[in-house]
Amino acid sequence: MTFLLQLVVTGLAQGMIYALIAIGFVIILKCSEVFNIAQGHFVLIGGYLGYTFLVPFGLPIWGALGLAIVTAIIMGLAIERLTLRPLMGEPVLAVVMVTIALATVLGGLATLLWGAEYKAYHGLLPTINLKVGTISIPSESLIGLIVSVICVALLMLLFRYTKIGLAMRATAEDLQVVQSVGIKATTVYAVSWAIACVVGVIGGILLGGVSGANMDLANVGLKAFAVVLLGGLNSIGGAIVAGIILGMLENVAAGYLDPLLPGGGLAQVFPFIVMIIVLIFRPYGLFGLVRIERI
Amino acid sequence: MGLGSGTFHENYAQDMAIFPTKLHWGVLAAFLIVLFACPLFTSDRMLTILTMMGIAVISVHGLNILTGYCGQISIGHAGFMAVGGYTSAVLCAKLGLPFWAALPCGALAAGIAGLIFGLPSLKIKGFYLIMATIAAHFIIIWTIIQLRSITGGPDGLSVPKPAIGSIVLSSKTNYFYLVMILTCLATLLAKNIVRSRAGRAFIAIRDNDLAAEVMGVSLWSYKLQAFFIGCVYAGVAGSLLVHYISFASTDQFPFMDSVWYLGMLIVGGMGSVTGAVFGAVALKLLDELVTMVGPILSAAVAPQAAASLALMSHGLIIIIFLIFEPRGLYHRWDIIKAYFRLWPFSHRE
Repeated sequence: MTFLLQLVVTGLAQGMIYALIAIGFVIILKCSEVFNIAQGHFVLIGGYLGYTFLVPFGLPIWGALGLAIVTAIIMGLAIERLTLRPLMGEPVLAVVMVTIALATVLGGLATLLWGAEYKAYHGLLPTINLKVGTISIPSESLIGLIVSVICVALLMLLFRYTKIGLAMRATAEDLQVVQSVGIKATTVYAVSWAIACVVGVIGGILLGGVSGANMDLANVGLKAFAVVLLGGLNSIGGAIVAGIILGMLENVAAGYLDPLLPGGGLAQVFPFIVMIIVLIFRPYGLFGLVRIERI
Repeated sequence: MGLGSGTFHENYAQDMAIFPTKLHWGVLAAFLIVLFACPLFTSDRMLTILTMMGIAVISVHGLNILTGYCGQISIGHAGFMAVGGYTSAVLCAKLGLPFWAALPCGALAAGIAGLIFGLPSLKIKGFYLIMATIAAHFIIIWTIIQLRSITGGPDGLSVPKPAIGSIVLSSKTNYFYLVMILTCLATLLAKNIVRSRAGRAFIAIRDNDLAAEVMGVSLWSYKLQAFFIGCVYAGVAGSLLVHYISFASTDQFPFMDSVWYLGMLIVGGMGSVTGAVFGAVALKLLDELVTMVGPILSAAVAPQAAASLALMSHGLIIIIFLIFEPRGLYHRWDIIKAYFRLWPFSHRE
């Protein structure tokens, strides 16, 4: 029982980080109908940025976080302006391929700048030790959980009470109506990419704090897709719930099934199995908009 | 389709001909002679490059039928190649089947895998299908690693040199001929598939699936046919790849290869058999360029520059093509041909 609870708690914290990354994906998708495959590579860049600002620069955690966010905003704006805007209105394949190509370019950039090496910055995040009953909650997971919750709450406030947040929600609803009332859609797109970049980078720093930064961080993006599909492509609340579910399932499945399988590594394929099952039985996910289109 | 002035199609056969004029036949003959004479004057390294190009062309033809013609986007093509490669490798190495029998079995196995993972395409499309095929790739590779007793798992599986009858294809030259003959046949077959009844149905589904269904094109049957044909091509390519290296390992079928096959299609021009050939050749040439320039750059800038260039070059070329020439090299080729057709009196409409 302790083992199970331990797995669930670790999964919960991990799932919250997945949810945060997945939200970046959902925001872009809702506003501009672009499926951003490069979301995982924002995480990768985030992990390495965290290392750079914390270790070689020796900044305190808040300074590093702030600088990483500023870098992420610039990166997001540049990506949107240079690659996505010329492709507005192109078919889904072109847009998906451009984000895949973007992912490899970001991967190449990370290789060039950081040498694709493993960079650890373990003890640098603040430590909080918490023990509930017999379960000890790892400090990194707890930090991840807290930061993710704060970010999600901030995003919720942004969408509810700020002008740009309202504009983004309106754009997600109907592009033509938004343009006719004088909201600039290109600004909304640019902001949505900047936000997606920022949440990706924060997720990267959190995950980097748990397991160090290396090229595998980009694979978290693939897990975020499973989260998004499970939660429903255009639902932010769905992404949070699905992120937590997937994080827990993954940890529990890996904890119990990996010893039974000779090759191990179930945690890596698990999101994809979930993905296929969701796609076959409930393509619109748990909370997604049901589109009635019979073919 | 513009041909030179004075060329008239007087009957159906002439209108449908792939090579309508004597000039076309002449160019084809010259190309084939040069291609098949390559081993006489090129180095071993060049032969390897050409063989790998041939394998890529076969694979991209399959993807072109599936994605370029039928519109079912697949980013799991390397996974289906792995199914074909491993099936024929296991049949050869464990059951002692001859190469000529194992190759079609591998193709068939890949086709069946394609049918299974094509099933979601009946309910979903666009981005959802992309995710399903990405998942297919990872699930296939994971299954291969799990079936350790059959496939050797992460250690890989060594395969005996292929032989057809008493001829052992041990040299690069022999294998080059085998791959080139199969590539030419695959190209001819692809060209003919896309102008058959099935090919027209694929195009109808790609352009508007609802309209196609209403006109009586069975989506269920033709989508699965497209998956089957596309994956059979992948199976042939995968099995040729495995037998060429005489070793099967999952490292030969990385996920990014699935993406690059789609990239080849975009660079070459989707929905055109010639375009698929152009794209495969162009990206393989880019690969070679990167391998040549990489070490120089590594020495000049930083040791990791070569690896970085390999990643970035492909991504950048795809971004550039998508933004500036989404119709691919094939479209450029058409423009050049149109220019020279009436040269020096060409005019633009």
